[in-house]
Amino acid sequence: MRAQPEEVRDSIPDPLVQRAGDPADLLVRAAHLLDPVTGTDGAHDVEVRGGVIEKIGEAGSLDPGDTAEVIEADGLHLFPAFFDPHVHLRTPGQEYKEDIESGSRAAAAGGYGGILAMANTAPPVSDPADIEALRHSAGLEAVVPVGFLATLTRGMEGRELVDMSELRQAGAVGFTDDGLPVADASVLAKGLRYQRMCGGTIALHEEDPALSGAGVMNEGAVSTRLGVRGIPSVSESTMIARDTALAGYEGGAIQVQHLSAAESVEVIRRAKADGVDVHAEVTPHHLCLTDEAVTDLDPSRHKMNPPLRTESDRQALIEGLLDGTIDCIATDHAPHALQEKEVPFEEAAMGVTGLETAFSSLYTHLVVPGAVPLELLVGKLGSGGAAFGIEPFAIATGATANFCLADLSATWRVGEEGFESRSSNSWCAGDELTGRVLTTVANGQVAWRLRSFSLEVA
Amino acid sequence: MKDLISISDLSRDEVEAILERDDSFVEVSEREIKKVPALRGKTVVTLFYESSTRTSSSFELAAKRLSADVVSVKASGSAVDKGESLKDTVETLSAYGPAAIVLRHPSAGAARLLSQWVDASVINAGDGMSQHPSQALLDVYTLRSRVGSLEGLKIWIVGDVLHSRVARSNIQAFGLMGAEVTVAGPPTLIPLDVEELGCRVEYSLDGMEEADVVYLLRMQNERMEGNFVPSLREYARLFQLNEQRLGPRQLVMHPGPVNRGVEIAPSVIDCEQSLIADQVAAGLVVRMAIFYELLVGGDTVRTGPEPVPTIGEPA
Repeated sequence: MRAQPEEVRDSIPDPLVQRAGDPADLLVRAAHLLDPVTGTDGAHDVEVRGGVIEKIGEAGSLDPGDTAEVIEADGLHLFPAFFDPHVHLRTPGQEYKEDIESGSRAAAAGGYGGILAMANTAPPVSDPADIEALRHSAGLEAVVPVGFLATLTRGMEGRELVDMSELRQAGAVGFTDDGLPVADASVLAKGLRYQRMCGGTIALHEEDPALSGAGVMNEGAVSTRLGVRGIPSVSESTMIARDTALAGYEGGAIQVQHLSAAESVEVIRRAKADGVDVHAEVTPHHLCLTDEAVTDLDPSRHKMNPPLRTESDRQALIEGLLDGTIDCIATDHAPHALQEKEVPFEEAAMGVTGLETAFSSLYTHLVVPGAVPLELLVGKLGSGGAAFGIEPFAIATGATANFCLADLSATWRVGEEGFESRSSNSWCAGDELTGRVLTTVANGQVAWRLRSFSLEVA
Repeated sequence: MKDLISISDLSRDEVEAILERDDSFVEVSEREIKKVPALRGKTVVTLFYESSTRTSSSFELAAKRLSADVVSVKASGSAVDKGESLKDTVETLSAYGPAAIVLRHPSAGAARLLSQWVDASVINAGDGMSQHPSQALLDVYTLRSRVGSLEGLKIWIVGDVLHSRVARSNIQAFGLMGAEVTVAGPPTLIPLDVEELGCRVEYSLDGMEEADVVYLLRMQNERMEGNFVPSLREYARLFQLNEQRLGPRQLVMHPGPVNRGVEIAPSVIDCEQSLIADQVAAGLVVRMAIFYELLVGGDTVRTGPEPVPTIGEPA
């Protein structure tokens, strides 16, 4: 991220907040440790004391001694905890869909050690007091550390900038009108220029509202067959072209959210080659599904914005992940209540949940078939904080424990045992997936245990 | 067959089965007392979330001629106005134990969704821009009555294909019955990759002399959210079917309602070659046949050549 004046940086609080809890004391024995940050790939013992990784040794080398808990992890994988920069926690105002506690619990169940919450709540998070209140709540409720973005424009109305500097000092990690594009280019340009003073990467939902119109799915053969209004892929890519050009001109830092189209990947690739400070996200559902899935017109699984696109778009997204054009995987976890999804497709709310299934779905759809190496997947699930100056977690001696233990041979049916999220609009509800997170340690605390696994351990 | 939701669900045999019943119902419509007891004791609910004249009235009358008890609900003036969801409305109406629910809805897939919620047969009377299967069946019936078979027939569907559920159903139904379908109109009103539905695309009426049937679509101003054509005047100049463009052996169809002087010249509407009035008449008998097929007919496999409906004495 760009250099900021020292005095501003010093006054900015820690980006992430979590509830108080007991630090973990445990010994994970003989797990296959795969850490793209440290470059570790092999069976190891990992000992955690007081929430800190005290020792890492060869498998079977560490003595449990008086360690409170021993996890026999032979045959299991230990990854650095994931980080999701794009989650909707729906608070304030829509706690019937999700809140900090339920959303962060869903994150823990997915192997996440930290998440960033979007600001398109009701009302939107536009005032420093909102950020302070949310951080206070997170300090009481958040199962894993949570950071909060503020809106870029007041009330997400797209006209006036929020008090960016004060919001930064209140703890806003960045700025975003996510859910809506910043339609007026001059507003974004001013925000990017103002960013020189206060920092705070601007995350952008890229869509030209005039091109998207009343569309609700990808424009193409499937929308034609179904008779459903389409959103053309250029609605996204033309806006990214505009905004990467603005970021280059202003010297600002942006995060382009949820890429969906092949053209968009190409625009990002060119912008990066031109030296623009841009990071790009992609969601699990755009990496795993195409608009053919929309044929069932099931809004609970298949209606979201940006929409699922074609197989060639999906392949371009995978290619962008492999060549580094796309920096991270972000779920765009977007919970909605049953009554908002149990309606005809065109009337339903946009968005699907993804925190609890991100790793498993991508392992099943990309790693098992050989499209993406496991190490790359783990790396891209962990690097989501980079644009906001949040380093990926590493499993290293002396570091705070942030890791998840996964069984790559486990198969499970999504939703069979319910969801940790308050909402059930998972894009892979009912699917059988391979690979499952068993335990998550976040910021030195045990944040999650799969019930059947913890029984086994007990 | 339990529901009628999309032409894409139907086989040619299933379409034939419905069409074969039609002639029996034509005979009923010619009687002095135009009523038979086939659906006596059964309840049919029609639920219309969009305005409609011919579809709603013909479904209603078809059900009444079969002696069903008919409950007609329109979105305006009902609890829908008060924000009741489709699911809740349907659950309320299900308390009457309907044998069939006829649904027209502005959203694609609404009828399919309904069929997952209720035991009643669901008849899609138009869902958004997606499907209008009873219209397609009555159009096939109308054409067959005039020309015998659709096999090899060249049919041009002209106009606003993009917003038209009739176009989607009819491309599929005409194709299913062996016709060669071409869609024509300005590119802004032709959806992307429409060829994948099984038709050719033309952006002008040049070459339309090959058509045996010209099927016109209404310019759907209510579904247009922008400028799809620069002006209706230019559209009419390029795509209006008038006497000069109409060949002497070509038949003309239109699902109605007609915009006189836009997609069709007034003189063409009432000419000898126009089947538009036949389509409206066919609407009633085909919808009677649909009710019969779904609620009485059961097994569609035939054993003998005789018309199957046991229509009986006037009720």
